Amino acid sequence: SIKMHEKRNTKQKNDEKTPKGAVPAYLLDREGQSRAKVLSNMIKQKRKEKAGKWEVPVPKVRAQGETEVLKVIRTGKRKKKAWKRMVTKVCFVGDGFTRKPPKYERFIRPMGLRFKKAHVTHPELKATFCLPILGVKKNPSSPLYTTLGVITKGTVIEVNVSELGLVTQGGKVIWGKYAQVTNNPENDGCINAVLLV
Amino acid sequence: QDEPVPLAFFVHDAEIVASLEKTLAGQSVETEKVLDIIYQPQAVFRVRAVTRCTSSLEGHTEAVISVAFSPTGKYLASGSGDTTVRFWDLSTETPQFTAKGHRHWVLSIAWSPDGKKLASGCKNSQIFLWDPATGNQIGRVLSGHSKWITCLCWEPLHINPECRYLASASKDGSIRIWDTLMGRCDKILTSHTQSVTCVKWGGDGLLYSSSQDRTIKVWRTQDGVLCRTLQGHAHWVNTMALSTDYVLRTGAFEPAEATINPQDVSGSLAELKDKAQQRYDQVRGQEPERLVSGSDDFTLFLWRPAEDKKPLERMTGHQALINQVLFSPDTRLIASASFDKSIKLWDGRTGKYLTSLRGHVSAVYQIAWSADSRLLVSGSSDSTLKVWDAKMKKLAIDLPGHADEVYATDWSPDGQRVASGGKDKCLRM
Repeated sequence: SIKMHEKRNTKQKNDEKTPKGAVPAYLLDREGQSRAKVLSNMIKQKRKEKAGKWEVPVPKVRAQGETEVLKVIRTGKRKKKAWKRMVTKVCFVGDGFTRKPPKYERFIRPMGLRFKKAHVTHPELKATFCLPILGVKKNPSSPLYTTLGVITKGTVIEVNVSELGLVTQGGKVIWGKYAQVTNNPENDGCINAVLLV
Repeated sequence: QDEPVPLAFFVHDAEIVASLEKTLAGQSVETEKVLDIIYQPQAVFRVRAVTRCTSSLEGHTEAVISVAFSPTGKYLASGSGDTTVRFWDLSTETPQFTAKGHRHWVLSIAWSPDGKKLASGCKNSQIFLWDPATGNQIGRVLSGHSKWITCLCWEPLHINPECRYLASASKDGSIRIWDTLMGRCDKILTSHTQSVTCVKWGGDGLLYSSSQDRTIKVWRTQDGVLCRTLQGHAHWVNTMALSTDYVLRTGAFEPAEATINPQDVSGSLAELKDKAQQRYDQVRGQEPERLVSGSDDFTLFLWRPAEDKKPLERMTGHQALINQVLFSPDTRLIASASFDKSIKLWDGRTGKYLTSLRGHVSAVYQIAWSADSRLLVSGSSDSTLKVWDAKMKKLAIDLPGHADEVYATDWSPDGQRVASGGKDKCLRM
């Protein structure tokens, strides 16, 4: 009809739909909480754990050869011996880390390249937090780098999320979660990672 | 023969648990002074802590934002973001009626003190009245406010056993007193300059309202005249609680006489009025009502609004805004829930700080006392509920199970059940 044609271009106030995101009266005048929350991903997490597969944000990384990550250090009176290696990438050593006696250590991890915190972004809520690292879970280039604690792009690390206040369905508080590194920390001087939810 | 009333003994505000000697050992007392031992009666009946989730009631299609048990504990009603109010049958724990009519989120619900009517207010500033026995609407829609309804409060039973008048507070800064029998607005109380966050109908013919303009106003309900303005808060006043709140809510129902199957209180209007008046006088005692208010400025104030404009006590200690305060049913304790993840307990008469209950990992939204004042349940945005023992001042039981934030909590007046609803759209008992 003609009236419907006229209505076609004009905007009508949508009377029917009630907006989503209902909040109680005491939360109405307030903005949403600034801390990130995990929404109903509990079921998805359980399913993923059962399947044993993880979808990661950075699936393919350039494999880094030994000559790139480890630098040969010559020692000895005539600087002929070449069995020591120094790590040229950012690494993580735990809290109770003590060096082996310098004469016998094969891999040198310089203090300047040791990091304790990572900037972790929650992918859905787009909020970034600076969280302490708990450990290196897997470095895609080589298992040797995983044991050494070398962090390069694509490494999966475990971070301490107790600050975020997440709780499982069973009522337990979550304090560790995996995150994947998304930048080259040796070039930037900081570790940026994305939380794996 | 009457059952003996259990008593708790206090010396200098410290409870005597083991023996008088042990309690005195911790305090420095001169041996020649006369010691005052104060006794306080405790509730004769004991409520057992809720331990498990008996059922998860689905049905709402949006978040559940308000939950309330009727004064006798017979009915349970919940309001939600899907614009419906649902009534639930408690003996089978299944849905009973769905009351449709609102066109926006149902923000607040309130039972009349005789348990025969439920008022619900929505974000479109409309108030509906429902009959819990049939799920149908009673009377006409009460509209008149220009912005959403923040709080509803009925007139106490001992003033009017017909439960005729209802007060509603709204974001537009006015309070309206409605005559539910005629379906029209009786009085409009305007004086607040910003949203009214809470309204309470006292038992002495006074109405209290708190607002975002940092004041609390005391009105005379007979003629709607402003009596007093209580100032002192530095930010929005979020919540209020009266010392006689619980007894005004339950009316003529005595929790000590509760049976397993909750029943409506029977009797003629005059009998109900007498009973309610007796219960009210017993709880109130000789002193006037006390009012505690919690605010965004992280403090609480204890007032005696009928007498004084100045507060009795300023209660500080919280590190984030206070979302809800409640007097315990025997008016001895005040509990305050705050966004700083803790619940603080204060003395109900003097406002002195007693203890902090910590355990939640995120903001605590709502709390509810059990009818004997021994247990406290709290619902938080970390999706768990926790039951605390008020005497031991410790966590009694943890109630996980919700998948998302818990928005509303209530303990039934007969002490049998706790209901909680939240963002995950299901109601848990």
